[in-house]
Amino acid sequence: MSNTASAGWGSRVGLILAMAGNAVGLGNFLRFPAQAIENGGGAFIIPYLVCFLLMGLPLLFVEWSMGRFGGKFKQHSTPFIFDAMGKAPYWKYFGVFGIFTNIAVAAFYCYLESWALSWAYYSVAGTFTGMSQTEVQAFFQNYIELGTSHPVIFWIICLLMNTWILSRGLSGGVEKVAKIGMPLLILFGLILGITGLTLQASPDGAINDGVVGLNYLWNPDFSTIWSFKVWVAAAGQIFFTLSLGMGSIHCYASYLNSKEDIALNAMSAGWMNEFVEVVLGSMIIIPISIGYLGIEAVTDMVSGGSGLGIGFAVLPKLFADWGAFGVVAGLMWFGLLFFAGITSSLAMGTPVMGFLDDNFGIRQSRGAWIFGGIIFLLGIPCVMSPDAFNEFDYWAGTIALVVFALVEIVLFAWVFGMDKGWAEINAGADIKVPKIFRFIIQFVSPVFLIVVFIGAIPGIIENATKDTSFYGWMARFLLLALFALICVFVYIASKRNKSTKLY
Amino acid sequence: METPALIMVIVVWSSVTLITGYFFWKVLSLPKHPEPDSFPDNDEIEK
Repeated sequence: MSNTASAGWGSRVGLILAMAGNAVGLGNFLRFPAQAIENGGGAFIIPYLVCFLLMGLPLLFVEWSMGRFGGKFKQHSTPFIFDAMGKAPYWKYFGVFGIFTNIAVAAFYCYLESWALSWAYYSVAGTFTGMSQTEVQAFFQNYIELGTSHPVIFWIICLLMNTWILSRGLSGGVEKVAKIGMPLLILFGLILGITGLTLQASPDGAINDGVVGLNYLWNPDFSTIWSFKVWVAAAGQIFFTLSLGMGSIHCYASYLNSKEDIALNAMSAGWMNEFVEVVLGSMIIIPISIGYLGIEAVTDMVSGGSGLGIGFAVLPKLFADWGAFGVVAGLMWFGLLFFAGITSSLAMGTPVMGFLDDNFGIRQSRGAWIFGGIIFLLGIPCVMSPDAFNEFDYWAGTIALVVFALVEIVLFAWVFGMDKGWAEINAGADIKVPKIFRFIIQFVSPVFLIVVFIGAIPGIIENATKDTSFYGWMARFLLLALFALICVFVYIASKRNKSTKLY
Repeated sequence: METPALIMVIVVWSSVTLITGYFFWKVLSLPKHPEPDSFPDNDEIEK
């Protein structure tokens, strides 16, 4: 049976750092501040924290407890975790999302992660020294348009790193990276944040103090909190930031034994992510970029709500102007983004490896290379064309998350049953989970998710019916084919499991 | 900084930092759980 069943976490702190690393991604530093500026500044934090309490934390409890429950049956991926909870034969096909999303997101996310790796290299190599702002932007544009071979080289390096670390297993690979990467990420974030906030305007340097940017980011426009769009944006940000609806949390939690705590672990990892996002994430790109470029220019750059342009096309130039410290700052900034990225992409590999190991007896090292091979093939169109990248991002990285989360909370609260579900959450708990969460999980979170899903429907229709380029169509076809292929594998696995009487 | 922004920053940053620190400290300070398949009878008795 499972080869990884005996594999597990080396320590509790390692698990929490890996789980927090799974959640902390590039979006914590780039997307969150951009979303806050677009949606009411400081007032955005109100719907954001409400969504965290009413949807984020409840889903964390649900996903951790579903994962640990699946671990009892030696299952580490959602198709057969759902199967064990739902009993009806169709639930496992909803669980396919928990493998599909990880593969599809990893396909484009590793490419994004490789940008951080290459920009860290360029920072150390002094590539941006002496460049004007326009030249740095042109360099970035040339890079993403594949005007050089570097994007492909760094992407391959990044894929190999991910695959090799995954092949080392949970405690020997993923946990070690989290234990090094997360503390460094927080340290680098604090140093850069303090540098950003203490930025002083001077005749030949910054045009604003760092606090001007902080003031702009946090000045609340309370009229926006009644806007439906702002609430959907806040809910979306909570989804992205906590890595909910992916299946990776289930997988990590499935390696816990049935009497280990999940309540405190989930709280600790979830809040650690919030610290990185809300505190560190708001201290860096906006204060520094507004310091040098002014409010108007930065507002234009963050329209669209991604922050990628500032992170990769603006900050390198500003760091280059800081002299020797600029090299260190560049290395810290892109190193921080790389650590944020790799701790997330590693989490995307483990459900696939778990699925192959649990159901087909493929050892984790071989499973890691299979995963690496699949994301290499699927990543090619994402590297070649932004249209394919955007298709993967929208269908797998946005819509699939909401659908999966909606399904899992219905399964947990209404099919598995809230009595059993609440007992699962509290089994071995090191903290007392407030009873209000039982009510929230059963009633509030599903309604919240339905509203988020309804809010996404116009976008789904628009995106499904709009024409796209050859690569865009190829991406849609590949996503459909991938989902269908995983369904076939799940079907085959279910036949094998039945013959071995797993449940 | 303007007062509303300053209030938001202080309240949100301090709350999030304290809650994060509290839960992580709790994780670090709690004693390790015994192995699930261990029995108290098998434990060595300190003399």
